Amino acid sequence: MIKVENLTKKFGRNEVLCGISTEIGKGEVVSIIGPSGSGKSTFLRCINVLEKPTSGQIIIEGHDLTNSKTPIHKMRQQIGMVFQHFHLFPHLTVLENLTYAPMKAKGIKKNVAEEQARHLLDKVGLTDKEQAYPSSLSGGQKQRVAIARALAMEPELMLFDEPTSALDPEMVKEVLDVMKDLAKSGMTMVVVTHEMGFAREVADRILFLDHGILLEEGTPDAFFSKPKTARAKEFLEKIL
Amino acid sequence: MNLDFSQITPYIPFMLEGIWVTLKFVFVALLFGFLLGTILALFKIGTNKPLNWFAIAYTSIFRGTPLILQLMIFYFAIPQLTGYDISPFLSAILAFGLNSAAYISEIIRAGIQAVDKGQTEAAMALGVPYKQMMKDIILPQAFKNILPALMNEVITLTKESALVSTISVLDLMRRAQVVGADLYRSFEPLLFVGFIYWLMVFVLSTIGRLIERRLKVSDQS
Repeated sequence: MIKVENLTKKFGRNEVLCGISTEIGKGEVVSIIGPSGSGKSTFLRCINVLEKPTSGQIIIEGHDLTNSKTPIHKMRQQIGMVFQHFHLFPHLTVLENLTYAPMKAKGIKKNVAEEQARHLLDKVGLTDKEQAYPSSLSGGQKQRVAIARALAMEPELMLFDEPTSALDPEMVKEVLDVMKDLAKSGMTMVVVTHEMGFAREVADRILFLDHGILLEEGTPDAFFSKPKTARAKEFLEKIL
Repeated sequence: MNLDFSQITPYIPFMLEGIWVTLKFVFVALLFGFLLGTILALFKIGTNKPLNWFAIAYTSIFRGTPLILQLMIFYFAIPQLTGYDISPFLSAILAFGLNSAAYISEIIRAGIQAVDKGQTEAAMALGVPYKQMMKDIILPQAFKNILPALMNEVITLTKESALVSTISVLDLMRRAQVVGADLYRSFEPLLFVGFIYWLMVFVLSTIGRLIERRLKVSDQS
């Protein structure tokens, strides 16, 4: 479904990604882990071209996103993204946050969009909050709304950029539970995370990044029990 | 001290009519300035170099020269150049509208740039086209941030509008001068319209505060 070929990204002279290649299949859940500054988030943001790759290719279902002729906002409609800091629209209610993009970007009728939004709010357990503004929600609730907002576009693929890193510890679980359900439903997911428990339990594959290089790639079992590289061993010793 | 307000009583309706002239002129100039200012602000934050350059040069010129000079150019110099006999009202609207567009564009630019970058990213990630995103997500939030600064501009414009008395628009200020000349008494009519200006600004600031409070709805927990 996604094919990344020799992806590089430079910020000025600083090379953040040094030639990453990988493939992600439909329905696969991939966790990207690595120390901070390893380029995990940049890699994720390159997939929907929030960061423009310096070179290399991102091919999603046959469309090359690095080609300037590819209608990028049409492609992004198929790629949901969840941010560390939620980025809900503060001047819109929860329901409006969910219906906005389907109505404006896809031209879906208001009543259809609202019905679907309510269904999604039910799924993330926030039915009673549809008229609330984001500022009145807890971090965990905000992130669940953000997930529902991304799902409202009916994406083929979901990207998660450290979705639980800005949350109080007691709210991490409610967000991870929603993500687990989503994984079970067969959604293709790419998750940058520090939640090793989640990576181990839910991911089909782990990508380990360090200094912009894809050092290791493998099943969670193989990666967590016998990491191949010294760098990964060291990283795991520090965090587990 | 020989203040005698009874003498201006017959002239009060005449002077009060100036309120409408002033308000009408301020309103049109402001609307014009706001629309043009928004466009200029979008030029400034955009990536198109010629438009960037144009907006910056525009602001530099209109902020860098006296407003009264711009007014004089529109009223006296344009007819000389083009032969078109421009009305005082039209030249006043042009000068004030174009001038305040320069200031408003800076206010709006700052407001847009103060909106969290994550908002743009979230809208982009959802596949919302740029224009829609600006209109529905960024500008409404920017507008809320800039309301106090914008209110300042409205107040300044209302008071500065007295400058149009120099090109014989019969606004509040001009009417006070006319009455003053008629009576050979300046203090009473000037004080009277001074009070009217103050009252107008007071009402405007109150409206501004009310709008601000309304826009704060989404901030409340």
